[in-house]
This record gives sequence, structure tokens and C-alpha cells, in this order.
Amino acid sequence: MHVGKSTSLYLPQLFFLFLFICNFLLLSLVYAQTDDPLLNSEDSSVAIPDSELVVVAPVTSLIAEDYKYDDGKQINLSWVPSIDDQLVGSKVLGYRLFRIIDDGKPELLAKLRCGANSYSDGKLKSESVYSYYLEAFSKNFIATSTRTVPISPEREWINFDRKYLFLLAFIIGGAVIFFIESARRGKKLFVRKIAGLEAVDEAIGRATEMGRPILFIPGILDMNDVQTLAGITILGRVSQQIANYDTKIRMPVSRSLVMTAARETIKAAYQTAGRPDQYSDDMVNYVTDEQFGYVAAVDGIMVREKPATVFLMGAFFAESLILAETGNSVGAIQIAGTARPAQLPFFIAACDFTLIGEELFAASAYLSGEPKQLGSLKGQDVGKGIAMAAILIGVLAETIGTAWNVEFMNDVVRWLTILFTTQ
Amino acid sequence: MTMVDIGRLISLIFIGGGLLWLFISGLKGKEVDRRIIFLFIFLSVATPILFPITFGEKATPVVKAVFDKVESLPEGSRVLISFDFDPAMAPEVQPMANAITRHSLTKGHKVIFMSLFATGQALLTQSLRKVVGEEFPELEECKDYVNVGFKAGNEGVLNVIVTDFKKMFPTDVNNVPYDSIEVFDGIKSCKDIDLIVSIGGGMPGVKEWVLFVGDPGNVPVAAGVAAVVAPQMYPYYPEQILGILGGVKGAAEYESELIKNYPHFAEMDTPALRMMGPQTLAHMVIMIFIVIGNVLFFVSRRKRRGK
Amino acid sequence: MKREIPLLITFIVGVVLIVSVFVPPTETLGEDFSVFFDIIAVFAFFLGGGNLVQSHFSKARKRQTDWGYSIVTLVGFVAMLTIGLFKLGNPGGISAPPTAEGSLFQEIFDFVIMPLSATMYSLLAFFVASASYRAFRAKNREATILLVAAFIILLGRTPFGMLVTGWIPESFDILQIPNMAIWIMNSPNLAGQRAIMIGIGLGVVSMSLRIILGIERTYLGGDD
Repeated sequence: MHVGKSTSLYLPQLFFLFLFICNFLLLSLVYAQTDDPLLNSEDSSVAIPDSELVVVAPVTSLIAEDYKYDDGKQINLSWVPSIDDQLVGSKVLGYRLFRIIDDGKPELLAKLRCGANSYSDGKLKSESVYSYYLEAFSKNFIATSTRTVPISPEREWINFDRKYLFLLAFIIGGAVIFFIESARRGKKLFVRKIAGLEAVDEAIGRATEMGRPILFIPGILDMNDVQTLAGITILGRVSQQIANYDTKIRMPVSRSLVMTAARETIKAAYQTAGRPDQYSDDMVNYVTDEQFGYVAAVDGIMVREKPATVFLMGAFFAESLILAETGNSVGAIQIAGTARPAQLPFFIAACDFTLIGEELFAASAYLSGEPKQLGSLKGQDVGKGIAMAAILIGVLAETIGTAWNVEFMNDVVRWLTILFTTQ
Repeated sequence: MTMVDIGRLISLIFIGGGLLWLFISGLKGKEVDRRIIFLFIFLSVATPILFPITFGEKATPVVKAVFDKVESLPEGSRVLISFDFDPAMAPEVQPMANAITRHSLTKGHKVIFMSLFATGQALLTQSLRKVVGEEFPELEECKDYVNVGFKAGNEGVLNVIVTDFKKMFPTDVNNVPYDSIEVFDGIKSCKDIDLIVSIGGGMPGVKEWVLFVGDPGNVPVAAGVAAVVAPQMYPYYPEQILGILGGVKGAAEYESELIKNYPHFAEMDTPALRMMGPQTLAHMVIMIFIVIGNVLFFVSRRKRRGK
Repeated sequence: MKREIPLLITFIVGVVLIVSVFVPPTETLGEDFSVFFDIIAVFAFFLGGGNLVQSHFSKARKRQTDWGYSIVTLVGFVAMLTIGLFKLGNPGGISAPPTAEGSLFQEIFDFVIMPLSATMYSLLAFFVASASYRAFRAKNREATILLVAAFIILLGRTPFGMLVTGWIPESFDILQIPNMAIWIMNSPNLAGQRAIMIGIGLGVVSMSLRIILGIERTYLGGDD
């Protein structure tokens, strides 16, 4: 088991975070709004011709409310449309919404179509006071609503609608950190065997014996995708073995940033193994961002170079089966891992070993064997425990509540729905 | 009997006879070379294309939900269709994009076209040329429909248009300013749109539309996706996604529902219905190969036990 | 400092993005950071393009195995770049968008790139057949259940499903193959997908925390 030096980055990181937040709060207090996107002004007084007036009723119950839990930039308006606003044969042709800022001149804010009963006015200033009114217009008549009570948007610093999400994130994140700390202090943690990861050594050994290269494919997404990061971290572990055995590796990639990261990773592995001269930039090459262009190139490499081992670790889409089947046809041993459920059946059918979903993210921790990495896997299990308990309670409560009309069980279901719904 | 019928018959006899011969070989324990499998798949796909074979389709509830939504919206409703796919997926999903466009324009809805894929914009142009240009020449751009094209940024784009459409698309593809486009009257953000249809199956796609626009903005979202992605959409149906068109079958069901309600569309091109012929025959061939594979497996196992 | 600065950037960005979910004034930061990444990724295009040209040019020059393919790659790369940048064959001239109707760039896209991409995608039809032939064998109980489910779904996706079981009365319509296919998709498949998605979500949380806290550093090159 590899034991790394202790990472005591928490205190400096916390200090920088504190500085950053203070800085940000100060800036927010003097943050100025960008300009208000006013629409073209229109003179709202329409000349009414000397013909029969099409009289329409104004909108009613026009209410302006501060949009909760935002940065003090938005007011929501709602109203009851004019009674002459009908689906068929409507006398009302539309509405014009006007806004008054700080008792100034009314300005046209929006033209709305028939049936509209709400509007969100954004990019406001929390220091200003706003009021609104609506005009319902027909072909030759305008009916104006009463003005709303003047209102200022308020800035809320904490979004209390997401308190349950915060609680869950705190519990799960806290569990991960707790078990990392426990592992660092020497507590032994059990992690079940994952067949695909147990086979990595054997797969690399096979390639070494056969004198054929290993092909590593990190998926087709960029470094901002967590699956690609997982693939690169697995590459780091695998390339340490490869450097030790001096096996050839080929890594065609479809993103430039991934190419750069992969090169650094493999180079560092060769340096650690004491063989920096064996490393070559040609091990990792960029092909194309285009999905099927990349697949064509990789298939060509597989058929021409006949790798002994193929690692497919990352985010894959429709090309997953094409890659896996081609790898199978050249007789390679294939270990795949992805967190895209749609592609898992293809990998399971065509590859020798498949890492399903979370196993891909656990792979790096599993292969390193480091206590603090394994601790994070344990923390994940707390989240799974919560999910299982919630599903069990929810299913029972829903079943009993619906079958026997037990109000308490219906309340439990309602509470669980609120708990697990993000606002 | 026409030449087409004769050709169809000969091809089907050839395919059927070949599969029977392979089945008998399987009983003798002979493994099928993968190239033979590829040959039969080629024949099963080529035959219905060369000698057209079509089947009737009935819309399943998930597809009918999308149809009913477009059908029930009042005239003049705003429908946004996002072409979130690349050329590789186009044969599968473009027919459904065209069918929904056709349906929306027939109902008099105002359609907003956009794409989150760089290569989707060219496909969007193709659909506009084919559907709007040929079938609805009387419609005016910017008044009855608008093409705002592609915008880079993936889910970043969605994050913005859920509150401010104009910020992300200040003009359409022809540089007509947002405020001059009649289709955008009263539209400040996606929350003012009556229906969003995301066609695709990659990333960004339907899930991102639901996560960033549909759910927070409370806007109905319909999905048109490749068949392989459709199973992933079912968790969101019917709460977050009101309906799903999955692959060529979903598109074929939508086309057949369209023809059922608007018989004059039977004269138009229905690529999805045409493609169901090859899909059906290919599915049958795959099933027969699975049977052959299992026969081979049991024969081999019996032989090994015998030894 | 070569490792510490990236770790610090990772930590700050990660924490800010988490905080932005709960603190409304910071909500736009997530969007801003996505834009920052896009800008960095655009610069990386030069890296990738440069590497492509350099590696294929070197291969062609040294006449290595299959150097002919490298010539094709280089010709295609230079041709599309030139046509797109200088708007060659574009009816609108140099100021028109490269994908203007009738432009050479658009025509190459429509008649070369699109058919090539569609061809690669269509290989799936062949590979699905060969993978099914190999994988769907009743080796054990679970494999047999998988085989039966696959058969029902395959039949349900064709008109033959209704043809074979259309005679079943309404009261037992769940036994009609298309309805069974829909039930399989909506119930056991959905349950499995949701379970995998929950596991993936938790795996992402764990992996993200390891990266943000600097415990996982392999992606930076090297360990510890």
C-alpha cells in the first residue's frame, strides 16, 4: 500500500477561502447593475378614430413581488387578464407593461400577447423603487390598470429554499471527509473486490508478454467532465505499471486539453519509474474533436497495430459499441468504465470487464490503495445508505398511504418529496 | 406482379434460406463468422430500401403525448425546437424534427429554431429548406418563425436563456435585431415559451434542457432522441418530460399520427415510416442470429459434457 | 509551486461553485467560470491542431508505415482551413459566414462530412448484430432473463410484436408484446437506471471532493 506524505493543505486553503469570501462580499456591496434592457419606447397614447370603440376591461389584481432568494435584481409580476381576453374572438389584442422607477416618467417595459398573466422584470437595482401598470389594448381602445404599490427588490444572502439540499450535501460531504480522516489515522477500511480493477495488472502483463501496445482511450469529452478526470487518474495509476514494465502505450485523444494532461501524467510516471528517456510525446496524440472522425481513427489504430489491451475509461456516446467490438475483433483484452448508463450495456456485451458508474470514480482510489482515498469510498456508502432508506420509507409510505388512505403516510411522502426536491 | 415485387420476394427468400442454412450449421456446432452476420445485416437493410417494404404504425402513449401537446396549443403559441444533434445522428432524429416542425407550422404556431451543436446549425438549415421552404412557402421569417442558429457554451447558454433570451441571442442568423422579430414579441426568456422540443441525444441535450430550463422555468419539455438514449429519458417521463420520441420508431409513430389527423401529409415524404422497413427486417435477422447463437451454445455444451 | 498553484485554483473554483448554489449573489459565477473554461479550451485548439499537423507531417516525411493516410489527413486539414478562413467558393464573399448557403465549405460539410459521419454511425447496426449474437446466450439464469427481455424489446420495436399478440383481449393487454416492452423499459429498466444514476451521483461527489481537497492529484501529473 502506498502511503503518501500528509496533505496539510486545509488551513491555508481555508484562509484563502475566508479572504476570497470577504473580498467578494465587499465587491458585491458596490456592484453596479448593467444597463436595464429597455424596449423601444412607444407613445402609449393612441389616436382613437371616430368609429365604434371596442371597449375592453383592464387587467385586475396586478401584484408586484420581490423574487425571493436572488441578488436583489428581480421583481415578479402577476395579474388576472382582462375579462375580454378570450381564446377565440378576443377583443384584447395584447398588453403593454409600463414601469416607473423612483416616481419618474413611465417607460414601456414589454409588449405582451393575449393570455399573458405574469412577467419577470430582471436586472433591477435594489436601491431603486419600482411600480408598474398594464394597458390592455384593443384596435381602438386602451384600458389602464391601477399602479402597483412601489417595491424595491431585496437581496438575500442565503437561499433558504435549498436548506434541505445543503443538509444532504453537508451530511454526505461530511461523511466523506470524516472517513478520509479516519483512514488517515490508520483505521482499516473494507472495500469489496472489483473484478475489472483486479484484472488491470493481468491485462498490462499480457501486453508486455505479447510485445504489443496498450491502447488507452479516455472518452470523448474534455477535462471539465468528471469522467474524463476519472479516466486520467486511472491512466496515472496504469502508466506507473507501464513505465515499470516498459510496455508500449498508445493514447489517441479527441480534446487538446486532455492531450496535455495525459502527457504530463505519463511523463511523471516514467520519471517516477526512473526511465524519463523512455517517455515520448508521440505516446499521446490529438486526433479530432469530431466524434466519428475520432472513432474512425481509433478503429484504424486498433486494426493496424492490434493492441493486446484496450482501456476504455471515460465518457462515451454512440461510438462505445464500435470501439468495443473492433477491440474484440482484434483479440484484445478490454477493460471499460463509464458513467453513462446508456453505454454500459454495450460495454458489458463486448468487453471482458466493465466498471459500472461509480466503480469508474472509485477506480483511482482502489488502484492506489491509499487510506485517505479509500476513506472517500466509505463516505459514499453513507449517501447510498440514505438513498436506500429514503426509497424504502417512501415506497412503504406511498403504498400504505394510497391503499389505506392513511393521512400520516401521505404526509411522510410529501415531506420526502420536499426534502429531495431542489428549488 | 411487378419487378419490385419479384425483387422483394427473391431477396426475402435468399435471406430466409441463408438463415435456415446457418441454423442447420449451428445444429452441427459450426460457429458463424462475424462477416456472415454483417452480410445478412446488409441484405436485411438494403432489401427494404431497394424494394420498399413499409408497415403501419400506431402511436404509443409516450409519442402521443408530444403530438397531443402540439395539437392542443392554441394558434400563435411559441414553440422552440432545438436541433441538438450532429450529422451522425441526423438520419435517426432529423425525420422527427421535420415532423414536429411540420405539425407546429400547420397549427399556426410561431416556431423558434436554435441549436446547441455547432454542426446542428447546418442540419437546421437543411430542415428549414426542406420543410418550411418547400411546404410552407407563404410563411415569413421573423413573423411566423425565426432561426437564431447555434450558440457555443452548452449548458451555459441554457443557464442564460432561462432568464434572458435576448442576452444570448441579440439577433437571428441574418442579423435581424431581437426587438424587430415579431416572433419574440412578449418573449423575454424561455419561461414565456409554450413548448420546448429538444431533438438529439448527446450532451448538451434533453437532460440539460430539463435541468436548466424545463424544471426551474416550469416550461414543458418534449424529447426527441436516438433510440439508444431513449431508455435514459424514461426516469423523467411524464413529470419533467411530457413525451419521448425514441429513434426511428418514435419518429415513424409521430409521422403516422400526423397522417391520421392530417391526411394530406400522406403525400409528403415520410422518411421515418420508410426506415421502419429496414429496422423491422434487421431486428428479425438479429433475433434469428441470437437463436442460432443459443443453439450453437447448447450443442457445444452437450458435446463437451459428452466428452 | 508547479503543483500548489493548480491545486489552489482547483480548491477556490470548486468551493465557489458549491457556495454559489446557496448564496444568490454568487450564482452568476458558475456561468462565468464556464465561459473562462471555454476561452481556455479555444486556445487549446491551436495545441491540438498543431500536434495533428506536426505528427502527420513527420510521419509522411519519414515515410513511416501507412504514411499515405497522413497525406490525406494533412490535405483535408489544410483544405478545410483555407476554404473556411478565406471563404473560397462562398457566394457572399469574405464577409459572409462560412456556412452560407451555396458556399463550398457548406457543400463539403453536406456531401462529405455528413455522409462520412453517418456511415461511421451506421456501423453500429452491424456491430449490434455481432455483439448480440455473441452476448445473448443463456449461460445462466441471469443471462436467460436478459435474453428473454431482449427478445421482447426487439419484437416490441417492430410491427410484428402487435401482429403476434394483438389477439390478446384488452383486460390482459399487458401481455401484448409492445406493452410488455414498454413495461420493461418503464419498470425494471428504469429501476436499474435510477440505481446506477444514484451511485454515479455519489461517485461524482466523492471524486469531486477528493479533487477539490487536493487528495487526488494524478490528473496534474505524478502522485503527491
